[in-house]
Amino acid sequence: MPGNNVRTTLRRALGAVFIGLALTGTALAQQPLKIGFGMSLTGPLAGNGKAALIAMEIWRDDVNAKGGILGRKVEFVYYDDQTSPATVPSIYTKLLDVDKVDLVVSGYGTNVIAPAMPIMMQRNLTFMTLFGLNVNSKFNYDRYFQIMPAGPNPAIGWSQGFFDAAMGMNPKPKTVALVGADAEYPAMALEGAREHAKKTGLKIVYDKTYPPNTVDYSPIVRAIQATNPEVVFVASYPPDSAGMVRAANEVGLKTRMFGGGLVGPQFAALKTQLGPLLNGVVNYEFYVPDVGSRFPFLEQFLAKYQARAVVEKVDPLGFYLPPYAYAMMQVLDQAITGTKGLDQAKLAEYIHKNTFDTYVGKVAFAKNGEWAAPRVMMTQYHGITGNDVEQFKKPGRLTVLSPKEYKTGDLKAPYHENKK
Amino acid sequence: MEVSWALLANAVIAGLLLGGFYAAMSVGISISFGMLDVVNIAHPAFIILGSYIAYIVNDRFGFDPIVVSVAVSPLFFLLGMVLYRIYYICFERRGQESLRGLAFFFGILFITEVALVLIFGVDYRMVSTRYGDVTWRLGPVDFPMRLVVPFLVAMVMVIGVQLFLTHTFFGRAVLAVAQDQLALRLMGVNPVRVKERAFALSIATAGVAGAFLIVIQPVQPAIGREFIGLVFAVCVLGGMGSIWGTLLGAFVLGLAESFTSTFFGPSWAPAVSFGLLLATLAFRPSGLLGR
Repeated sequence: MPGNNVRTTLRRALGAVFIGLALTGTALAQQPLKIGFGMSLTGPLAGNGKAALIAMEIWRDDVNAKGGILGRKVEFVYYDDQTSPATVPSIYTKLLDVDKVDLVVSGYGTNVIAPAMPIMMQRNLTFMTLFGLNVNSKFNYDRYFQIMPAGPNPAIGWSQGFFDAAMGMNPKPKTVALVGADAEYPAMALEGAREHAKKTGLKIVYDKTYPPNTVDYSPIVRAIQATNPEVVFVASYPPDSAGMVRAANEVGLKTRMFGGGLVGPQFAALKTQLGPLLNGVVNYEFYVPDVGSRFPFLEQFLAKYQARAVVEKVDPLGFYLPPYAYAMMQVLDQAITGTKGLDQAKLAEYIHKNTFDTYVGKVAFAKNGEWAAPRVMMTQYHGITGNDVEQFKKPGRLTVLSPKEYKTGDLKAPYHENKK
Repeated sequence: MEVSWALLANAVIAGLLLGGFYAAMSVGISISFGMLDVVNIAHPAFIILGSYIAYIVNDRFGFDPIVVSVAVSPLFFLLGMVLYRIYYICFERRGQESLRGLAFFFGILFITEVALVLIFGVDYRMVSTRYGDVTWRLGPVDFPMRLVVPFLVAMVMVIGVQLFLTHTFFGRAVLAVAQDQLALRLMGVNPVRVKERAFALSIATAGVAGAFLIVIQPVQPAIGREFIGLVFAVCVLGGMGSIWGTLLGAFVLGLAESFTSTFFGPSWAPAVSFGLLLATLAFRPSGLLGR
């Protein structure tokens, strides 16, 4: 009968629609979860960038071994930003418009995070970032998150430990010299150092920057010495960190405390190459073997990382960036799982509201996307002999001065009499 | 800031030592660009290649990097000959040296850089030497051996190149090819062969300068790009084709950088250096000792 034919056809059509929807859902679930980013694989910060990439790949492999996130295998789509801010906008535009990634994270460093911010803000994307100092202070973007443990006021938190140690000296110092490279990170770090100087009543007797491609730093150190500062705060990148430390030794810099914000001595290349020249220098670290017992899960990560790092000829220690690069992805993973999707607003809200268990401990974020509490370790190098890397894998080459919960000893001052 | 005699003396010494290093980096460009009109923008890449060769031998066998660089300079010479031959056949002979030749050298720069990244990775490399952390002091004046030793060897190299060019038949042929290639050909000398060997000499000096660089500071594959502007600036400031001019130009820039860093602020150093270059060219377009 005609009515029966219509009902049968309708039933078949509905059945086909449901099967189609089910298949589409399955297909979507099987599509990889694409995470896009730029990373410094060449250029001055490539050593760090490659180390971070290895850590992120270890995370990806760990996650995929457990079945991926929400049933989807994680895939990375990344390009070399050459440590050049100019490449960043086009990289992220390509990732989003051409590669159609599901999520983006940042590359390494203030210089390459800042130029990505306008794109993130324009497209309302949740943006996990890797070691940018105080980037969000000008943007005030509510979907920005930073995995570097500088605290809610990063410019201040970055050098808090340094100035706390300085003002803990007896008698208290009265003068400070500030010097750094002409680049984004040192500019932010010096801003914070100036705030500290103001708060503590230290008179700034030298406050200058230098071009990053400076060859000889001894004129700079001599000019600093001529002002007789009791404390010298340096904000520098790896080649200039090496240059400043060497120049301080060559000139015979006499000051009570030297260091602060030198990027470079945290990884094996400069630790081994500078060796005993680092003795007496006070500098920030994020992980040292002396506090290894406080980060129990980190050892298994470091074992995997160090095995790969040797093969790929990057930092064989992996104490600086890699654990935090891994932790950044752990936060993202937990946010996606917690919100059961990729909705950018929900991800941001989830990350703001929750505390995350990561390999670097518990991580919670403040309103501005920075860590809710700072955890920059200020340390003083000592007892370094020769240029062997093995000595840095064991405790005993650094004293952790702050924060209190990680402190292992006191500052030895003055710098020029404690270079052993 | 109070200007003391010690500070002034140290600024002069530091400027001269730095200038010596700049001269070593630039003498090759003075030959290739100043005399042969070959815009070898890849010159810094060969400097970095020299740095890495010095690094490998120093790391594995403990030999002094500068000694190593002198020992392997014949290899750089051969490399320079091959490179020039390719450049001549593909571009100079066809009259396409200006733009395409420049692109060729850009390509060499990037290929060298990428090859170094693939082989060595991207971490900074330094060498260890017996004198690297030694500083001689003469009263209040410091002489860091890290800069003094490269300076001394650089002076020997630059003066050696000058003497070679002015006191040997081949050297005079190089000077002649810079002036008038046709006249040289009429005298029975093959200008292409002369240019080939002169270019090879410039690459050999780059290899030695690479050892100076890695003694002075850490090196990574992309660092060469930071010196492109400097080496050409020294060559132009000194006067195209004048080795003494290159030496003088290097000292001028080294002293300018040192004085500015010491007394006014290091961030002004590039502006002062290149301002001097512009001022010199405004009043003396051929450079300090150019003709």
